Amino acid sequence: MNRKTLAAAFPCTVPVLMGYLAIGMAFGLMLQSIGYGPVWAAFMSLTIYAGSGQYLGVSLLAMGASLGQVALLTFIINFRHLVYGLSLLEKFHGMGPRKLYMMFSLTDETYALLSSAQPPEEVDPHDFYFTIALLDHSYWVIGSVLGALAGQLLGFDTTGVDFAMTALFIVIAVSQWRAYPRHLPALLGAAATVVCLLLVGADNMLLPALGIIVLILVLARPRLDVHSAVKGADAA
Amino acid sequence: MTTPALTPGQAALSILVMAAVTFLTRALPFLLFDHGDHPPRIILYLGSVLPPAIISMLIVYCLKGVSFATPAGWVPALVSGLVAAGLHIWKHNDLLSIFGATVLYMVLVQAVFA
Repeated sequence: MNRKTLAAAFPCTVPVLMGYLAIGMAFGLMLQSIGYGPVWAAFMSLTIYAGSGQYLGVSLLAMGASLGQVALLTFIINFRHLVYGLSLLEKFHGMGPRKLYMMFSLTDETYALLSSAQPPEEVDPHDFYFTIALLDHSYWVIGSVLGALAGQLLGFDTTGVDFAMTALFIVIAVSQWRAYPRHLPALLGAAATVVCLLLVGADNMLLPALGIIVLILVLARPRLDVHSAVKGADAA
Repeated sequence: MTTPALTPGQAALSILVMAAVTFLTRALPFLLFDHGDHPPRIILYLGSVLPPAIISMLIVYCLKGVSFATPAGWVPALVSGLVAAGLHIWKHNDLLSIFGATVLYMVLVQAVFA
């Protein structure tokens, strides 16, 4: 990585800088409020590096969830990442060992930058992508440590700060509602989970809810999968 | 500040599991489809319809502690949730919506419905 690459990559990452400092600080505050300080915040942000995943992680640590629950819920909340990689296979091709880091650091925001940002002619594209990924990761770690420090030093009452997680998901839902042509998946997700909450209770609701959601979505595929219907027609 | 439910060793192990699973979800497409294979259509289909369903599921999960026994059990969450959605529809600014709603919720549970 050289100065020229950094000068090209940094301006692209400024929106993520603002966002990660803020969302990272809220994470640090939440973590501090359940008794884990700045070192834990740095440890989580360095090794996990996922916004909504770490917000959920706070609630998993708080309730003392079993490792099985931790693995399952982390998988569920990060499921969307499975599709990100598909569109970046070409871009990362030939990056050598750095490709491992590129896969690790593929957050929503970094994915968005990598999909859209164009490296200038004189800058090696792979250096450019790697620098963007590294800068974003550093903002996230700094933000979360600052939040945990603020919670520790200022010592104000953080009761209710966990609502940041709810608010984050509501914001994502509003954006998705606009972006997606069909709303059945969103409505189904809410309905199936409420039914499971009422039937099996808060502690065990997520797994049956996920099962019902996947089952109904698979059954509804002929109605919902416009893309594959068009593709299928092409192939035929 | 509350006492952690886990020992430091258990907490560190939980965090490493979160890290490993998160990495797995990001690396899987590269491991499976990097050799020119096309992913099965059912996976692409689920990849496009599952995210909104999962976010709705997680909103309900976040609100699982809501109780209708007293106004303090549900009014702060309802009002702050509507404010988060309303602010976001109005201003399209992630940070404003999240921080506005969280600060409002903290004021409601700490001062108004305390």
